Amino acid sequence: MPEAAVFQGLSWNPLTDLADLFSYAFMVNALEAGTIAAVMAGATGWFMVLRRQTFAAHTLSLIAFPGAAAATLAGFPLAAGYFAFCAFGALALGGIAGSRRSLSDESAAIGSLQALALALGFLFVSLYHGLLTGLDSILFGTFLGITSRQVLVLLVVAVVTLVLLALVARPLFFSSVDEDVARASGVPTRLLGIGFLLVLGLSVAETSQITGALLVFALLVTPAATARELTLRPWLGIVLSVVFALVVTWLGLALAYFSIYPVGFYVTSLSFGLYILVRLATAVARRSATAPLAIENA
Amino acid sequence: MLAHEFMRNALLAGTFVGLACGLVGYFVVLRAQVFAGDALSHVAFTGALAAAILGIDIVAGVFAATIAGGVALGLLGERARADDVTIGSLFAWSLGLGVLFLSIFVREKSAGNGTAGVRVLFGSIFGLSASGARHAVLVGILASALLLAIARPLLFASLDGDVAAARGVPVAGLGIVFLVLLGVVAAEATQAVGALLLLGLIAAPAGAAHRLTASPYRGLVLSALLAIGAVWLGLVTSYLVPALPPSSAIVGAAVGVYGLALALTAASGARRRYCS
Repeated sequence: MPEAAVFQGLSWNPLTDLADLFSYAFMVNALEAGTIAAVMAGATGWFMVLRRQTFAAHTLSLIAFPGAAAATLAGFPLAAGYFAFCAFGALALGGIAGSRRSLSDESAAIGSLQALALALGFLFVSLYHGLLTGLDSILFGTFLGITSRQVLVLLVVAVVTLVLLALVARPLFFSSVDEDVARASGVPTRLLGIGFLLVLGLSVAETSQITGALLVFALLVTPAATARELTLRPWLGIVLSVVFALVVTWLGLALAYFSIYPVGFYVTSLSFGLYILVRLATAVARRSATAPLAIENA
Repeated sequence: MLAHEFMRNALLAGTFVGLACGLVGYFVVLRAQVFAGDALSHVAFTGALAAAILGIDIVAGVFAATIAGGVALGLLGERARADDVTIGSLFAWSLGLGVLFLSIFVREKSAGNGTAGVRVLFGSIFGLSASGARHAVLVGILASALLLAIARPLLFASLDGDVAAARGVPVAGLGIVFLVLLGVVAAEATQAVGALLLLGLIAAPAGAAHRLTASPYRGLVLSALLAIGAVWLGLVTSYLVPALPPSSAIVGAAVGVYGLALALTAASGARRRYCS
């Protein structure tokens, strides 16, 4: 469906525009799917930032691309490809983290895994000849044509994942903050690490269906980083991260609906803008705090 | 095979792209900066599409963007210890900008033709012209020479930054120069394997070299040789199997070499443990 057929121009009444937004079934589906994906990305992203796994998470989010391409090639539903590849990628990353010798060794292994995934993705795409339009939406996302069946699948997976995450939240937090002490007091840190990567993989698989494989990372890292700037308290941080992810997704979808530019651009720019604003605000606040306090913080 | 001009150009350019990637990659892995390479590879995409919209040379756009990205990463790293999260947020946004440029480009310049974006993301080494190949050779030699010139102090600074700083090595300055160099090499490799796949050529041969030898100079040479070998193997395979795109074949070969190195060292490690 071409965007031009949807875009009718803004009226002078924001309320009619808003009503207009909700009058299309595909737009309602997109908003629902975006909401689900944002909640997942916000919550798992917060733990990812806490655990300093940005590189692993970025690699995981790119693994969504060969997943989608393989599913297209084999004629499976896209969602199956996303979930299968992301789960496999999570296990591989867990294996890398478990068998690492040093930081540089681990980063080389993750980088190679990422490159392999992308090379496979490109291979699948070039084997599948009707490629270009499909490739764009796999990489950069689309909010057009999401079916209510897809929304249902997203919802079920999201509920399962979030329940799992909530169940392990306390020990996961413990082992993320101080792995050695957590292990010493009997927390299965290794298992938790792999479990968390699986949760992250599910979350990536969900989100990339909306934002595309290249832009998932924006929704994972930036709202969580913004929340971490504001508070170090876990529950408040997670809630803030989810709220930020929701706001940028909703605004991004609405802006994309009323303009000709892609949703991925709006979501990444809004979240990055918010992050910069918050960083500036906290920097100013820190400077205006009294000098002895500043020394204490340092 | 060598009778085709496109194949000669590809082999020529690929050799020097591999050389530069292998040398720089060795230090990238040593300094655990693969994530920075990842970030620069995404910046390359944005730069290329910005250049495409402005109507200037795409290669120039890629170089400008990655060099600027390298400087930005270097400065961020110097001031207030930029962590992965800052880098990640920044390049996630740069990719968003790239998407915007792509949509503008597709809309305005070539209606219904999205191949420019695909070419940048996944490379097109078989489409390289003779002058493009000459450029690639020149840049590859320059980047390698510059890297070898700073190799000694850089090695010192990478292994033990504090001691190096105490000895008067300009650690912070070297870090920035290195990231700029990484930017140049990333731009160079974008032409061969594309913005998305260049990480494979930087991380995988170097990772293998680190596994196979602890000696830095032997490692540097090995890393360069493995990268060049991967490029050759990939190009020839892709020539023989036309369904296989060259960038996938090159990166596949590089990762294959890395996998082999992992298996070798794991096997010898197990034997050593068993014997002792």
